[in-house]
Amino acid sequence: MQYEHWNDANSPLHPASAPDFLPDAQRRALQLHRLQRVVKRAYDNVELFRSRMDQKGVKTADIRELKDSAMLPFTVKTDLRDTYPFGLFASKLPDVVRLHASSGTTGKPIVVAYTRGDMEVWTSVMIRTFAACGVRSGDIVQNAYGYGLFTGGLGAHYGAEALGATVIPISGGNSERQIMVMKDFGSTVICATPSYFLHLIEQAAAMGISMQELPIRAGIFGAEPWTEEMRSRIQAESGIQAYDIYGLSEIIGPGVASECSAQCGLHIFEDHFYPEIIDPDTLEVLPDGATGELVLTTLSKEAMPMIRYRTRDITRFITEPCSCGRTIRRIQRVAARSDDMLIIRGVNVFPSQIEEALLRVEGTLPHYQIILTREHDLDQVEVQVEVTSEVFSDRVKAMEDLRKQLGNAIATIIGIRAKVTLVEPLTIQRSQGKAKRVIDNRNK
Amino acid sequence: MTIPQLSLFLENKPGHLNAICRTLAEAQINIVTLSMADTDQFGILRLIISEWEKAQKVLVEKGFVVNVSNVVATEVEDRPGGMAEILDVLESNSINIEYMYAFTFRRGNSAVLVFRFDDTDKAVAALQAAGKNVIGQVELFEGID
Repeated sequence: MQYEHWNDANSPLHPASAPDFLPDAQRRALQLHRLQRVVKRAYDNVELFRSRMDQKGVKTADIRELKDSAMLPFTVKTDLRDTYPFGLFASKLPDVVRLHASSGTTGKPIVVAYTRGDMEVWTSVMIRTFAACGVRSGDIVQNAYGYGLFTGGLGAHYGAEALGATVIPISGGNSERQIMVMKDFGSTVICATPSYFLHLIEQAAAMGISMQELPIRAGIFGAEPWTEEMRSRIQAESGIQAYDIYGLSEIIGPGVASECSAQCGLHIFEDHFYPEIIDPDTLEVLPDGATGELVLTTLSKEAMPMIRYRTRDITRFITEPCSCGRTIRRIQRVAARSDDMLIIRGVNVFPSQIEEALLRVEGTLPHYQIILTREHDLDQVEVQVEVTSEVFSDRVKAMEDLRKQLGNAIATIIGIRAKVTLVEPLTIQRSQGKAKRVIDNRNK
Repeated sequence: MTIPQLSLFLENKPGHLNAICRTLAEAQINIVTLSMADTDQFGILRLIISEWEKAQKVLVEKGFVVNVSNVVATEVEDRPGGMAEILDVLESNSINIEYMYAFTFRRGNSAVLVFRFDDTDKAVAALQAAGKNVIGQVELFEGID
């Protein structure tokens, strides 16, 4: 079903979705106004942005039109680590009502903050996300994203509740209970990582329950890259519509972009998050339609504005208008990254974090390899570590202790338990002296 | 009064033990005795070799991880109760054994027990005080060759 406008008498869309349909000129005027405001806020309150702009000789008054954003310096993930924990805040702590954290590139997490106003924006973009995926007041939303420091759980929770849905804050894990709740409570919508939902389909079958016969009809899937093949499989096996959503903690959490009924690209809520596509090597802004790295500027964030944040996600703008009638632009499903970040069970993991764990235990960095597989639709991590004479012992117990220590150090840093395998020296393949760090067999 | 023992890390995979043996064979090195400890994931091979320095060199050159540790070799009469007498000495002195293995000596009617202790000096002193024959390198390797 299509509607001319959000406020058609018969449209069931939530009023929060109105900005999805703004005429281009109006939206651009709003974006420029907000861009000027956020650049000034960042310059006035955050040392890092001020010194970088001064270095480039860019003044806040130089931003006269939207494309002037290209003058602004970039922000990268390590900037959040280097200013840990509160160095990028543009608000005083008493004005911050929420803190979340996600994994950084090494041991320390990165911290993100929200004012009351940021929470309202976050809630509104999550309402727009759910609304675009056809979720309505009256739906029963089973929220299987993890609750806690991870932005997924609470982000989806607040949005679904504000939309008027009934929210079941079940969080991730305990698959048997997930199926029981889905059946007994009559959940109509589920939020989860797509790989976890595939696991739930198997779990339901094992319990003799067919999802096809349950009221569940839509899945809001994000927090990890997935493919069209996975979507086809999910839809065929469970009978639900599977929607892709996109977000990242550094920008706000989930709610940056979402698919709509067309299931063809993700609409960016660009009245709040200004997108650019750049060439990751030359850092030049690319013309619409070209494939490159997504760069986002938070147009309305108060507590932690991000200026030209390099997401490392590779995508492109879809230039054709969407059949759903939304005027906000779409990006293609994110399938690749321009750095070595891995997404394992929805958690961001960098090989450098594994290195830090190995270094912590062994003192020097051994040769290692990360092997990712998918068993019963759940990501599995194996870390193979070459044994060196420094850590080798003729006693079995000492070697078992080493294996345990390595496993614990990895779990402490990345929050996921990996299977540690000790291997003989020189057995991990090296190409031009450098070992291939990651073997990803998950989508094979 | 200890014996040098080579230990090697081994993955539980076909052919891995043979690669070590072939390396030693090519270098004309004879193994006096060996013991293998294994877990479901990996194994630790322990070797007693008279030309242990040469053996270590050729194995390291082949890329193996080789450690040297000091073990205690004790002569024991090859008859019922022979080993129990040695263990009695260790027990009464509260000496902990990390691991042990045995092999027979070609000389006379005796066997050799090889021990890895956490406190080697204390163990050697206790065994010698009890009149047990703790064998040195010269005696052990001469008795073999």
